[in-house]
Amino acid sequence: MEAVYEKYFRDNIPHIWCAGCGNGIVMGAFARAMEKLGWDQDDTVVLSGIGCSSRITGYLDFSTMHTAHGRALAVATGVKMAEPRLKVVVFMGDGDAAAIGGNHFIHACRRNLDITAVVINNYIYGMTGGQFSPLTPFGKKATTAPYGSIDRSFDMVELAKGAGASYVARGDVFHVKQLVDLLAEAGEHKGFSLVEVISACPVSYGRNNKMAEPIDLLMQIKKDTVNIKAAQNMSEEDLAGKIVVGRHYQADLPEYSEVYADMVAGLQKGGEGR
Amino acid sequence: MSKVKLIQGNVACALGALAAGADFYAGYPITPSTEIAEFMASRLPKIGGHFIQMEDEIASMGAIIGASAVGHKAFTATSGPGFSLMQELLGYAVITELPLVVVDVMRAGPSTGLPTLPSQSDVQQARWGTHGDHAIIAISPASVTETYFETIRAFNLAEKYRTPVVLLIDEKIGHLRERFDVPDDFVPKIINRKTVVDKKAQYVPYENTADLVPPFVPLGQGVHWHITGLTHDEKGFYSSNPQVVDKSIRRLSAKIEDNKKDICKLETVFTEDADILLVAYGSVSRTAQEALNQLRAEGIKVGLVRLITLWPFADEEIAKLLAGKKAVMVPEMNLGQIFKEVDRVARGVKVFAQSRVDGDLITPAEIVAKVKEVL
Amino acid sequence: MTAYKWQVRMSGTGGQGIISGAIMLAQAALNDGFNAVQSQVYGPESRGGSTKSEIIIDDEDIFYLKVVCPNVVLLMSPEAYKKYGQDVLPGGMVLLDSSIAKEALPADALIYALPMIEAARTQVGNELVANTLALGALIALSDMISIKSMEEAITERFAAKPKVLDVNLRAFRLGVEMGMAAK
Repeated sequence: MEAVYEKYFRDNIPHIWCAGCGNGIVMGAFARAMEKLGWDQDDTVVLSGIGCSSRITGYLDFSTMHTAHGRALAVATGVKMAEPRLKVVVFMGDGDAAAIGGNHFIHACRRNLDITAVVINNYIYGMTGGQFSPLTPFGKKATTAPYGSIDRSFDMVELAKGAGASYVARGDVFHVKQLVDLLAEAGEHKGFSLVEVISACPVSYGRNNKMAEPIDLLMQIKKDTVNIKAAQNMSEEDLAGKIVVGRHYQADLPEYSEVYADMVAGLQKGGEGR
Repeated sequence: MSKVKLIQGNVACALGALAAGADFYAGYPITPSTEIAEFMASRLPKIGGHFIQMEDEIASMGAIIGASAVGHKAFTATSGPGFSLMQELLGYAVITELPLVVVDVMRAGPSTGLPTLPSQSDVQQARWGTHGDHAIIAISPASVTETYFETIRAFNLAEKYRTPVVLLIDEKIGHLRERFDVPDDFVPKIINRKTVVDKKAQYVPYENTADLVPPFVPLGQGVHWHITGLTHDEKGFYSSNPQVVDKSIRRLSAKIEDNKKDICKLETVFTEDADILLVAYGSVSRTAQEALNQLRAEGIKVGLVRLITLWPFADEEIAKLLAGKKAVMVPEMNLGQIFKEVDRVARGVKVFAQSRVDGDLITPAEIVAKVKEVL
Repeated sequence: MTAYKWQVRMSGTGGQGIISGAIMLAQAALNDGFNAVQSQVYGPESRGGSTKSEIIIDDEDIFYLKVVCPNVVLLMSPEAYKKYGQDVLPGGMVLLDSSIAKEALPADALIYALPMIEAARTQVGNELVANTLALGALIALSDMISIKSMEEAITERFAAKPKVLDVNLRAFRLGVEMGMAAK
């Protein structure tokens, strides 16, 4: 990492992540996005849930909070509501955000507090050794799906849009420059923003699915992803099985803490709120 | 207009929270606690505080943990089923040492149970509901006015010891309306969490200070410290070093258990000359007082130990009060959750449980009859 | 036996304002310098279903929070009559709405049947204020607390709604008259 980014990291690296893991790529992209945004680290709180990717808060030099499994967005909601002046970023894994934290996720989308949520999707529960998650594709193998997963998976982009998020994007760990741009754009956006990051877990996902070498997984991601602009000119058949990356949705919707502040201001003027 | 106010227990709790400086409430509706949420929803925005209704009780705990982490006095209110959902993050608040208050207006369980009827069956859930070794502070008031003062004390203890505090109000007190004996100009003594003088100096968030309670700097105020539910070293980062873990887990308990003199609160009525002692708390302690009055009128020497702090349990103080008595009776609206604690410290004194779990109050007549039977 | 001065049980149907009436009665007792506690038992219904509220009034501290056996009973619905109609201390008072079909009532209590719901509807113009009308009758018949304190409590409760206050005060005064006449 170049010297300019050093200030975003604590001095407790090496990290716990395996060789070939996508988490470090996401962390690097986040530091670059921070540099682009120019946010004051003193005014930024970074939270995470539980899982491999959620260890990220231990390495980043901000006010950080490594919360409980699935609960990062609930805690972040309290942080942002209590101190709306703070920038709030939340890192979660796929099991973390979509399974145990699924309810918190949809309600965070609905409220539209100005929080930047990053879901690092490696299709697997890595820390516990390779069980399938709600984002594991149908048919893929996991230690708890030895014959291939029979569960249908969530599409996080559609889920977030449907639940009311005002910025929704998907990036991946192969197209890092795009990922940096998406993270910065999500940070800039006022309201709840989701960036799903398609990531790689060679140890727990790759090994179970004939992609044990880190490069296999990265090449698979490269092969499977299609930029959203290119996707616009592609037929449904061409898009089958493809992962569309880029900004999927952005809307200017009332931000929750501002709506609340308006109500408070109205009441303090002696009125009846909004 | 009337100068003497008639106020509901749940409202007294909300007023106490405001008086203590609470400016953040997150909650999920559940009978019989909802009046607290409704009161905060109406009042907090008017004073520039924050109210948010969350998607469930887990999220409610998450939100107040977040608010506490950035320096706010935060609380939630719930009842048994919701309190069960809060247990996971209650443990998080214990190990991360974030002050907050959880109000549990107790109804009868297990499960949905009797949603509108009183009970005291969450006493052990408050003590051991979250996993792992830990200490907890739990308080149970017996009147509307006491609910107000004990809510203030709950916030003060939370701040002083950097710990979650559970306020166990039984439904009878939560929904009771009676005289509110708090003067309009009453100014409570407020304790705020200890901080550091120089925020830019090296901050050690889990420093092993002599008083066992490390100083606190809110997140987002320039000090980049790390909060984690993993066992951690003094700097707040994960550690599995046996010595580090041992020291921190023992400190978490010791900061509460070693300060029982400050935290534990009980009242005694005619205990000195009593042959038989009643040990009770919450609304049942009032029934016990009524029974005591009747028995004393008949010349039967009965005393009452009214527990206000339930956890930590005042082992030594209670053992002293019990010493030499003929018998002790513990009437409770559960199957003996405090009885077993009293029995544990009674050292040879015979202790009897008097349980009621049908959603109705134990009557004075029942206590009177049981005392006569025991004598 | 617990011997608090006044042990009042008010019951009726959800939506009749039983609990609201009980709160006003307890506040009025405080206004008169007594101690008072008020509590209620309710079901899941906001409207319909049976409601019971209890008020204990005394000069001294009140410890036990439930009415053991009431000496003042108000019954505003047939269901309330069925559930609580027989439970009253000897020498106590039962006030019930005269629309309730009675089979038997306690022999050793003072029984008053007054057309409270009908009077609220026809003379005050709103059946919903039968509760405040009943409070008036209850106080006139029992002398539990002063009319002045009761009016203060009603005024405080509806302070923000002058029209509602007016109709409630009219109902209350009519109830007092009806109680006086029946005494």
